[in-house]
Amino acid sequence: MIVDFEYFAPKTVAEALSLLAQHKGEAKIIAGGQSMLVVMKRGLLTTENLVDIKGIDALDYIKYDEGKGLRIGPLTIHRAIEKSPIIQKHYRVLSEMEHNLATVQTRNWGTIGGNLCHGDPAGDPAPVLIALNAKLKIASSKGERIIETEDFSQDYLEVALEPDEMLIEIQVPTPPPHTGTASEKLMVMKGDMGIVGAAVSITLNPKDGVCKDARIALSNCGSTPLRAKKAEKKLIGKVLNDSLLIEAGEVASEETAPPADVHGSSEYRKEMVGVFVRRAAIKALEKAKAA
Amino acid sequence: MKGELKELKLTVNGKSYEFKVKPKTLLVELLRNELKLTGAKIGCLDSACGACTVNVDGKAVRSCSVLALQANGRKVTTIEGVADGDKLHPIQEAMVEYGAIECGFCTPGMVMSARALLGENPAPSREEIREAIQGNLCADEGYVKYIEAIEIAAKKMRGGN
Repeated sequence: MIVDFEYFAPKTVAEALSLLAQHKGEAKIIAGGQSMLVVMKRGLLTTENLVDIKGIDALDYIKYDEGKGLRIGPLTIHRAIEKSPIIQKHYRVLSEMEHNLATVQTRNWGTIGGNLCHGDPAGDPAPVLIALNAKLKIASSKGERIIETEDFSQDYLEVALEPDEMLIEIQVPTPPPHTGTASEKLMVMKGDMGIVGAAVSITLNPKDGVCKDARIALSNCGSTPLRAKKAEKKLIGKVLNDSLLIEAGEVASEETAPPADVHGSSEYRKEMVGVFVRRAAIKALEKAKAA
Repeated sequence: MKGELKELKLTVNGKSYEFKVKPKTLLVELLRNELKLTGAKIGCLDSACGACTVNVDGKAVRSCSVLALQANGRKVTTIEGVADGDKLHPIQEAMVEYGAIECGFCTPGMVMSARALLGENPAPSREEIREAIQGNLCADEGYVKYIEAIEIAAKKMRGGN
């Protein structure tokens, strides 16, 4: 079971950062704990000091500005993102992703920032945020920095946070005009972890229908979320049709080497990458045409 | 000091409590061991079965996946706090009346998920009911009757027959 730890419940970001600086390298942050408590119960994670940030209300917000885009506080629960009218209107893919992220109970307590910082390559938010070209704002008691979501995951359950740093904001830019983004994942049951997943963003030139930009990110195909850059290149500069989307899926599949797991062999999961990239791309293209 | 007891104040089923708990105490452990509220079941203790579902500030949450200290200052409702004295809550009544209960182990969690749903959406669609109890596993295959009972309870709570 869980090994004892010293517990702190800071009420402000400054207080949390000072605790992290004080216990440098010997503290772990807990937000909703929906993933973290699972690994702690199994004894896979122990810590001297637990900094519980769930009560920092200032990090729970959703703000939107047409120019600046979307700003999400890392302690926003999944359910709030799913149900947010602003997000449903301007970033529907985020709401759709959250709807299938886990069961209602987990979505009611777990936070988007906690999910990102847990660094599980099977996590749903990271690939969608990568497809949306989102950035993460990170703070320590020494200052702040901004990092691409794509560069945040380092390895299985490891993210680019120094021991004295924490994630303080998720910044999603306003997508370029005529952009559509969609995500799909292979689930045994609705709300399950994705066996593999794909998020695809497509930007069209409205004059000639040519794909100006494409971003494809995959979940659970390796130790971090992956960008399928070769598959993106298949789409950029072309007028998209079904066979090109199928081809992009096949290329994405070739870019991955998912390990075998309890859900399927390596070959099966690799095959499914192609299927789910294609499915997400079809939806993204429809959305881009309608945008 | 590691494991040092911490103060916890919370409301459970309308009553205020103060405890000193080990930080690693899970909410379900506090409810069952300290308050002897054993309605929230420990099924998997692993965020999978939903038998420990309670309402925290009105939302369905798994009490096995929340530290007791994270409920500090919050309002917790367990299955024991759902009925009004001897009078069952309409959700409970409908489950009894329409045979939604088999062995009963998952029932408290089902009721708490349904209660949270009807609290925020008094007229859910069948699909919304299914989604609200997607995280509550029933080993007796009783899902259909649960869904029907929740639908009937919702109707009754809206003032219908």
